[in-house]
Formats: sequence, C-alpha cells, structure tokens
Amino acid sequence: MDSKEKVLDKYSSKVYKNRKEHVITIEEGEPNVIQADTRAIPGIMTNRGCCYAGCKGVVLSPLKDVAIITHGPIGCGFYTWGTRRHKAKGDENTQSFGEYCFSTDMQETDIVFGGEKKLKKAIKEVFEIFKPNCIMICSTCPVGLIGDDIHAVAAEAEELYGIKILAFSCEGYKGVSQSGGHHIANNGLMRSVIGTGDAEPMKYSVNLLGEYNIGGDGWETERILKRIGYNVVSVMTGDGSYAELKNAHTADLNLVQCHRSINYIAEMMKTKYGIDWIKVNFIGLDGIKKSLRDMALFFNDPDLIARTEAVIADEEEEIAEGMAHYKTRLEGKTAAIYVGGSRTHHYINLLKTLGVEVVLAGYEFGHRDDYEGRDVLPSIKRDADSKNVESITVEKDPENFKSILTPERLEELKNAGVHLEEYNGLWSDINDNTVVTDDYNHFETEEFLKLLKPDIFFSGIKDKFLIQKSGVPSRQLHSYDYAGPYAGFRGALNFAKDITMAVYTPAWNLVEAPWKNTPTLEGSLGGTE
Amino acid sequence: MLDLTPKEQSERSALRINPIKTCQPVGAMYAALGVHACMPHSHGSQGCCSFHRMFLSRHFKDPAIASSSSFTEGASVFGGGANLKTAIKNIFDIYNPDIIAVHTTCLSETIGDDLVGYINDAKIPEGKIVVHTNTPSYVGSHITGYYNMITGFIKYLAEATGEKNNKLALLPGFVNPGDMREMKRLMTIMGVEYIMLPDTSGVMDAPMTGSYNMYPKGGTTISDIKDLGNCELTLALGELTSEFPADFLEKKCKVPYQTLPLPIGVENTDAFIMALNHFSKNEVPYEIDEERGQLMDILLDSHQYTYNKSVAIYGDPDTVLGLAQITMEMGMIPKYLVTGTPGKIFEEKAKMLFDKFGLEGCVAKAAADLFELHQWIKNDSVDLLIGGTHGKYVARAEDIPLVRVGFPIIDRYVHSYMPIVGYKGAIRLAELILNALMDRQDRDCEDEDMEMVM
Repeated sequence: MDSKEKVLDKYSSKVYKNRKEHVITIEEGEPNVIQADTRAIPGIMTNRGCCYAGCKGVVLSPLKDVAIITHGPIGCGFYTWGTRRHKAKGDENTQSFGEYCFSTDMQETDIVFGGEKKLKKAIKEVFEIFKPNCIMICSTCPVGLIGDDIHAVAAEAEELYGIKILAFSCEGYKGVSQSGGHHIANNGLMRSVIGTGDAEPMKYSVNLLGEYNIGGDGWETERILKRIGYNVVSVMTGDGSYAELKNAHTADLNLVQCHRSINYIAEMMKTKYGIDWIKVNFIGLDGIKKSLRDMALFFNDPDLIARTEAVIADEEEEIAEGMAHYKTRLEGKTAAIYVGGSRTHHYINLLKTLGVEVVLAGYEFGHRDDYEGRDVLPSIKRDADSKNVESITVEKDPENFKSILTPERLEELKNAGVHLEEYNGLWSDINDNTVVTDDYNHFETEEFLKLLKPDIFFSGIKDKFLIQKSGVPSRQLHSYDYAGPYAGFRGALNFAKDITMAVYTPAWNLVEAPWKNTPTLEGSLGGTE
Repeated sequence: MLDLTPKEQSERSALRINPIKTCQPVGAMYAALGVHACMPHSHGSQGCCSFHRMFLSRHFKDPAIASSSSFTEGASVFGGGANLKTAIKNIFDIYNPDIIAVHTTCLSETIGDDLVGYINDAKIPEGKIVVHTNTPSYVGSHITGYYNMITGFIKYLAEATGEKNNKLALLPGFVNPGDMREMKRLMTIMGVEYIMLPDTSGVMDAPMTGSYNMYPKGGTTISDIKDLGNCELTLALGELTSEFPADFLEKKCKVPYQTLPLPIGVENTDAFIMALNHFSKNEVPYEIDEERGQLMDILLDSHQYTYNKSVAIYGDPDTVLGLAQITMEMGMIPKYLVTGTPGKIFEEKAKMLFDKFGLEGCVAKAAADLFELHQWIKNDSVDLLIGGTHGKYVARAEDIPLVRVGFPIIDRYVHSYMPIVGYKGAIRLAELILNALMDRQDRDCEDEDMEMVM
C-alpha cells in the first residue's frame, strides 16, 4: 500500500469514497485527474474558510482607499481586521483604511426586524466621518437569510452621497470555500469599477492581477518592473486603489500572478477590452525570468528586451552568493506545501532552485484548472453547491476595445513559448510520486507528516503549531510568518534565509530532555551491565 | 497611523469602528478546549470555525482544534441537521474525542436549527458524549459565548447525586492558562479540593515533546464536570463572566455560589484567598503571606513612578475591572475604562471602584470601541495604555506606552503562560507597568537627566 492508500484506508467507506478523488499520487505519463472545488465533508476539520473571507478578506480589503463595511455581527469584520498582511501606504491624496475595521455590528433586533436601516445609517456615518471616494458593503451569513437588500441600499446611498458605493453578496455559506468570494468580488469590480476612469493610456503599461502585496511582494515586483521600464497602471489589489482600478482598462497587458482569485477579471478584460493576459510567477528565479522575458517578447521592443536582460543579470548577481550559500544548507531536504489556491504551485520552483524536493502538495480551494491546467475547463461541471455564485458575461466595449497583436505575431509568440490566456496548472511543475491533497484536512496533515516525514512543512497558522509540535519545522506561506517579501529576486533570498533559519534553529536539538535518553541511576544495584 | 481618526467626536449609532470584542463562538471554542479530550464543534458555515481557530492559535501560539458542520447554501435554507449528524459520525470515526461540544453561529441561529433534536437523532458511540450550547453572534460578545458553553457543559453533565464531594467548584473567568495554573496553585497551597471548569492549562500551553497529541494532558475531565453537581460551593471569578453558569449550577444542582472579581490586584486576590480560607477553614500558610508581602514591598518601593499616572484600559469586562483595581492600588488614575462587551453593569461596577478610591472625572463605557477611546485620548491624553494587541495602533499614533494584557494578544510571545491573577500575577503586572513607564522616562529625558539608578 502506498502512503496515500494507507491514509485513505483509515476512513469510513463513505468518507473514503469522497476523499479518494481528492487525494492522488502523481503518476508518470498518466493524465492525472483530481476532484476539486466540491463541498467540504462536515466534521473533517477542513482548513477552508468561507465566501466572505474570499471576497472581503482577500480581494477587496487590500484596496486602500475604500471604506469597507461588513454588514453582519462583529466577528467577520473583527477577524479580517489587520490579519492578512496586504501592505498598503496612503499619501496626501489617498486615504488608507487598512488600520480600520467597519461593521454594522448587527444585534438581535437587526436579525428580527432587518438590518437595512442600520446599514443605511452606518453608510451615512462612514461618509460623514471619513468622506471616502468609495464605500463597499460586504454581507455575512445572516444577511442573505433575513433578506436585507444591500444592493438597493448601496444604490440609494450612491445617489444620496455622490460617491461610488458597491455591495457584495458574499454570505459565508455561498459556494464551498473562499473561492466563491473571489468570483463575487471579481464580478463587482468588473461591473462597476474597471473601465470607469478616463486616464490617458501609457506606453509599456501593464496591470498586475492577483497580487495582494503580502509582506511587500507587490512592491518588490513593481520595483523590478519599473526598473525595466514598465508602467504599472493598477495592481489587483495589493496596495491597490479604487482610483487606479478605474483605469485598468488602459493597460496593454494583464499579468496574472494568482490565477485562482483573479482569472475571471483577466478573462472578462480580454473579452471586453481585448487586453491579453499572461500567467506570470514572480516567486523564484526561474519563474521571474520567464515572466519578464515573456513580457518583453509581448511588447517586442529591442530596448525593452535589452533592459530586461540587463536587469535580470544585475538582480541575479546581487543575490547569487547568498542563494548559493543557502543552497548548501538546504540541498537534499524534502518539503510539504499546503496553501490556498496558488502559492503551492508558485513556490515549487523556488524550492527546486534551493535543492529542496516537494513530496506533498495541495490546495485548500483550487479548482481543477489550477491543478490540471486550463485545458480541462470545458470538462468541469459546476455542481449544485456553487450555482449560487453568479457568473457574469461581458460584451466587447466598442469604444475601448483594442487588438494589440496581429494573428502572425500571436503565432510567433506561441512558437517562442509565450502562452497568452493560458495556465498549465500545478501538474506542469510537480514531480512524479508526489502526493497531492485537495481540500486538505487535519487528519491527512497529521498522517502524511508521519508517513512522508518532510524536513519542512509550508502551510498556514491553523496547522503551524501541530506540525511544529510533531517535530517538523513549519513556515507559514500565507502570512510568511510576519516576514517577507518573498517575491522577486530579493524575496527569493529572504525566503531562503527564513527556511534555513527554520530548519537550523538550535532549539530543535534541545527538545528532548537529557534524562529521557540517559540512565538516571548509575549502576550499583545489579543492573544488566 | 490612524490618520483618518478625527479629534472631533460625532454621534454614532450604527457604525462600529475598531471593536473591542469579537463574537460568541470563539469564546465557546476556548471554553470547550478547556475540557479534556473534547472536540469543539462549530455548527455553521466553515469560515467561522477557521477564523476562530486562527485567532486562538495566534493568541496562544499553539494548535486550536475544532471542527465545523460546513454549511452550504442548501443547508442554510433547509436546516443543518444532516450536516451535524454527518459531522458527529465523522468526528468520532476520525478524531475519536471523548466528547464533542457543539456551539452555533449567526447562521444556524438565524435559521433556528433545533440542536437538541439533531443531537438526539445522531448516532453517538457507546461511552461518548455530545453536548451543545447556543451562541448567536449577534448577542453579546465572545465572553457571552464563553459562559454559554460552560453552562452547556453543566446543563448536560453536572449531576447532584446526593453525596457531597467536599470540593469547591471554581469558574475561573475568561483568563489564560497561566492564570488557571496560578489559581490552582493557590487552591492547592490553601488545601482546597476543587473542580475547575474550564481548565485550558496543559491544553493551550501544552509542552513541546516532539510528538503532537491532539488531546493533550490538560482539561477538566468529564467525570469532574459531572461531579460539579456535588460541590459544596461555587466560586465564580469574574462576576460578569462567571455568575451566569454559577447561577445555572445552583438552579440545577443546588450548589450555592459566591461571586468575586477576577483576583487581579491586592484586594481582589485578598478576597479570593479569604474565600478559600473560609471554605477550607485551614490557616493561610506563610507562603501566601510571603507572596503578598513581596507584592506590597514592590508597590511601596516603586510608587513614585506610578503615582497619579493616568491610564486607559480596554478589553474584556472583568479583566478591565481587575486591571483598574490594581492600577488604582498603584496610585494610578484609570481615566478611561472601556469594554466592547455590552452591559451597563460594567459601568456601574467601574463607578463603584472610582468611588472607593475617591476618584473623579474617570469614565467607564460598555459597548464602546477603540475608535471612540482614541478620540477621547486625542482630546485628553493618558500616560499609559493597557489592553490587547489592537490598541498598538493607538499607542503608536499617540506615542503612549502600551502594556499588553488580556485577549487577544497576537503580536507577542509568552504572555499566556504567565499569570496576571494572584499576588504573583500582580507582581508581574507591576513589573510590566513599571517597565513601560520607566523605559519611557529613559527614552524621553534629556541626556543630562538620564538616571543611572532609578
């Protein structure tokens, strides 16, 4: 029995039947198929969160100049206040709401008589105290059940105060994970924000999509892009803003870092404005270099291409010695990596560069295309649990639509290995025999730890201390354990340094008390000497 | 930092900004983790459960286990009965706890799920137990959820068999494992036999041994919870937190109760020791005299650095009242006392404290938030802040030293291991407060005013 079977075998037949589709071993030459984006099994201790977390916590919160009101009891707002490390910086022209948590703090009477009145009042109070340019409202579980019409309230308030006010129906029970929330947020931003600005188009302009600036990742990425000569029109949404997002349609190329959370907008912008997107990866040296070279080929400007190579050479030079040093300390180690919907893939190459092999991988809420590549999209059926998450369609915008590439150029790019509107998924970079676990849970985490004994385990806060207590170094790849950035060349070096620290911290050698492995009584009473 | 907070205050009746409370279920989860081999279970959509586990892990830097019913929209409309029954089966199959403690969320409460009915219908293995409590997030705060869960355990398990066990039932209030350890130590020194519910020591401060144990050694045992009904007396520490379950135990099992403030500071600890003394009828051992005397020695040695210093304290109601007491004993002025948990009784209790120490011009407010406290501070500042992590932004914005005490503290280590209760806890608080004020003096004084000896 392989380790996967050993773990699954402990389940009851009903759970086994469900989980065996989600836990697979990658086999050479096979079309590896996984089940994903289905409901979590009650009681199994899934690591997943909810739709509200995906919408408000992930996609919307990083927009710094937006005052987001959580419409619900206090918890949801409280837990998403300052806990995801999407860094942002305001200036004299840009309000920054990152340090604030706004909630309608619903009480029993609001549940009984409806919360619309309180929501209207809360909007008024936010408007009067802060005078923001944009307010967003995010609903929580009870809102949908009691029938508060937050969209009507938003429309009325928009009229009243003359600022943008958007509502998002991201009740926690919608869909099966955070993923539904991403989609809902994408729909709202596409429908009401993107394309409403009137900025002049710029040369070499790009949007950075699905980059949330955790620990400064987005800033590090932007630093490199600017060095080469790109203009970043907007970032969705790390250190992003409502003001920037309005003009996103003026860019020439969309760069998709997190495919899962933002591919909807990438697709819709292609349809509506003709803007191409490429899947980039600014984590790990190979990923960064490929991304930068793809971009240069897309714009096809000899100067840009030359600057790209110069910057790559310079940045690589800066970290080369450090990377080589850490590689000597990490070579031959094995790793497990369980993250949300994209980092699992992104970090595999960086780990490879450091000589670390991934033996166990998984997503909380990736879809099959994140594992298997977008080619499988036509064969994915949406099941009943996700039908309540709206899919919207957009039309070609007659005024702003542009075709940047000729069919010939498109063909050339394809031949050069630049794949527009494509993503090959986790499979494209994963080793044979790796165990892959979708919607990973506590039990499987514990069991695979024992069976596969990785030298380091990357996941989140809920697992961190159980892994560490098991004797295995654990680094969080959501919060980066309060460090970072990990993106870009300098980020790669930070990462290498941090995981070396996790593996070699002296306390690991002191865990066992000396009296546990040395006899306390020294032989006089007729021992077995 | 917090640049958008205006000095001018305006009336707010709908908008909560920067709360000093969170919602019920996380309190229930914490209480359930204080029962040995217990799996806390969140009956709602899974986001709540993840958020609550996350926050407990961030505060304690330890695993916080809990499962969820993982509601989908279908369950939200038609009821979560099937989800709960499936969950119960899976939890016992896979994780094998002795007991599952179910709490609810705003979702299952709004749709009116009948937990008693579901649990009666569920297949529960021989010798295993499922209990529940209702914890609607739109009522009260995490403190409410905490005492609702304790009450749930009592409701399902405590029995008066007619044979008294000569033990004291201790409800420790919403405190850290370090505090629970300190309370147990004091009861042991005082020769008091006790049952404490919950007891998160050994669970949320479990040692590193190299192998993970899902159900660590700590936690109140099920047999002890049953035996609560045979106790002589309940001591309910933290009146606003523990009176509710104490009262319930009295109604159910005729165990009389006495409420006391959390034993934070001299007089509150005195009251605790006196109550233990009254219960045990043993003489107070010298060890306690010595600790108390050390504390008094410290307060007198250091009074010049604390006398008349003003302080703002925010957090959970009983913790804030206890901290107000010790600061006043140190000669400080607790100018602002705020809690996010609703309840006018907090304000009344605070007023009684102000009167006792003859202080005027101090303000106490329940159902308040950090935004409001910050505005008060902008208008009339203080020398020191005491509370959880969320106040660090105010501390930085206004350049006021912050002493981290209470829940949640998610940006520092060690705190949950160390007590703030008892004379030992008071000594620790005195050190934290003095260090904060004296570090500030060292930082702010002119070079020529720097003191070598202080």
